[in-house]
Amino acid sequence: MRRIALKMLFGDSAKFYGILLGLTFATLLITQQSAIFVGLMTRTYALIEEIPQADLWVADPTLQFVDDTKPMPVTALDRVRSVNGVEWASPLFKSILVAKLPNGGRQLCDVVGVDDATLIGAPAVVMEGKVEDLRKPDAIFVETRGARKQLMQPATDDPNGPKRPMQVGDVLELNERRAVVVGIAETRPSFQNVPTIYTTYFRAIGFAPANRRTLSMVLVKAAPEQDVLQLKQRIETETGLSAYTPEEFSWKTLSYWMNQTGIPINFGIAILLGFLVGVAIAGQMFYNFTLDNLKYFGAMKAMGCTSVQLLVMVALQGLAAGVLGLGLGLGLTAAFGLSVPPDKLAFKLTWHLPLMSAGAVTIIVVGASLLSMLKVIRLDPKEVFSG
Amino acid sequence: MSGNLAIDAKGIRKTYGTGDAAVTALRGVDLSASFGEMVALVGPSGCGKTTFISILAGLLSRDGGSMQLAGVDPDQLNNHQRTLWRRGNVGFIFQQFNLVPQISVLENVAIPLLLRGDSRKDSLERAAMLLERVGLKGREQARPTKLSGGQQQRVAIARSLVHGPRILVCDEPTSALDGETGQRVMELVREQGCGPDRLVVLVTHDERIFHFADRIVHMDDGRVTRVVDGKIEVAALRAAAAAEENQG
Repeated sequence: MRRIALKMLFGDSAKFYGILLGLTFATLLITQQSAIFVGLMTRTYALIEEIPQADLWVADPTLQFVDDTKPMPVTALDRVRSVNGVEWASPLFKSILVAKLPNGGRQLCDVVGVDDATLIGAPAVVMEGKVEDLRKPDAIFVETRGARKQLMQPATDDPNGPKRPMQVGDVLELNERRAVVVGIAETRPSFQNVPTIYTTYFRAIGFAPANRRTLSMVLVKAAPEQDVLQLKQRIETETGLSAYTPEEFSWKTLSYWMNQTGIPINFGIAILLGFLVGVAIAGQMFYNFTLDNLKYFGAMKAMGCTSVQLLVMVALQGLAAGVLGLGLGLGLTAAFGLSVPPDKLAFKLTWHLPLMSAGAVTIIVVGASLLSMLKVIRLDPKEVFSG
Repeated sequence: MSGNLAIDAKGIRKTYGTGDAAVTALRGVDLSASFGEMVALVGPSGCGKTTFISILAGLLSRDGGSMQLAGVDPDQLNNHQRTLWRRGNVGFIFQQFNLVPQISVLENVAIPLLLRGDSRKDSLERAAMLLERVGLKGREQARPTKLSGGQQQRVAIARSLVHGPRILVCDEPTSALDGETGQRVMELVREQGCGPDRLVVLVTHDERIFHFADRIVHMDDGRVTRVVDGKIEVAALRAAAAAEENQG
């Protein structure tokens, strides 16, 4: 009877394709919007993931997220270094500055200044040049997306002619200070859609407007055998600053964007709409499919089909539609993710998202199946007689 | 009447609803029938035929009276047992055929066997034999919607007999068919459905098929009003028709 149940479903092409379309579209909407949301949210803490060497990130206690830099006095670095259990502590500068480009254009850039001595915090994946080149005079690195988008330069003398990516050797100005591109690096896309420029800490301070407090954050490595959580508490107690493990700092940043902006609500609405589309189209069509076949189920019931057998048939039909719709929807979502360049759209399909979509499809299919089953179970087989 | 008793129903009563909304469908129906017979239930709409046939088929419980169907009282069985009893003992032919349109004719016929758990291979082989018996060899893989009304009803006959039921319940089997096709279908029911170990109960309005029945049970207002031999009934109907024609 299981094969007959499936043939009943597949044989009713109009309804079957309608159910499939509804579930596929719902899965696509739910998964794609969730993946974009996750992609966007993970970009908010991209810098933290870019610097895996740090066991702890120390910052001003009023800081709300990684880009919300609250400059601290330089002495904070020494205070952190003096805490027992710290193997090393490096300064980090981070600020949005205006760059004047070779063609005269101006562009906001996220400037990251890393420790002059160790270069801890410099990008790990270098496409052109060497990280050590950051020690050259006026040296900066730009990241590939910025170099190919906002920092593009005219390829010829004609300012309106074709453009080329920013490249090693190009010279720009940061706060009227000369900066020479010595390398191109590949980094994780950040939430703020501005190019990131890497340089050394003291050069970055020079680029920035004069400020008594210049230290954005302190990167800390715990000594061997040192418990990181104990060190975190010690730093907080002894310096009055806040210290975060990378996970805590990422979560703090994520929580800020989740709680303080309308982004989750906007994406939540889109995801909910996807779910409702599934309920409205697929759920309704599946229910109608059962209603259309009620007289056949009734005839089978009269002929001796037990309630369990009928339920298995309806459940199997729901399962088949659900699996196919989910599979197609996930396939389309993956194809969408692969077809869109990462710098154009934040898209991160983590393993949780297909599970979440499967849950949503299960709710749609089980809901529709349960309603249909009730109809089938309550069906009076005597109704198959003409009366 | 011949052979052993297939139906022994006495004083069957059935009421739908309660209080002021109560509608009494059967007011004490008595009927006995033996295996090997074809019994036709006839009467005006609302006379209780469908209710009675539903009780006979084990689809509906009675409110009063006693009944034995092939030695079993379906009301003594729980729902599940009654379903299993129907599966093994009752075959159905419906007015609107009720063939599942998305599956082949062969699979439609095999449904009663698949329901009782026979293997797919055996079920389809047995279904093919039945289709051959009703003259539909070569149409096994056709969809029911590709067949004529008469052919669909022949498929339904094959489906009703494939599992060897002892009681065959036919609900207006010819009402959706033209006269000639209806005659052929009834010839098939008579030929394939009737046997020494099987009872055929037929509900019909169609006087043209009365002659196929051994007995005609007239019902009105929830009661059996008279029981007539099929051939006598047909002769009487013909005589009445001839008299009417002469007067005209």
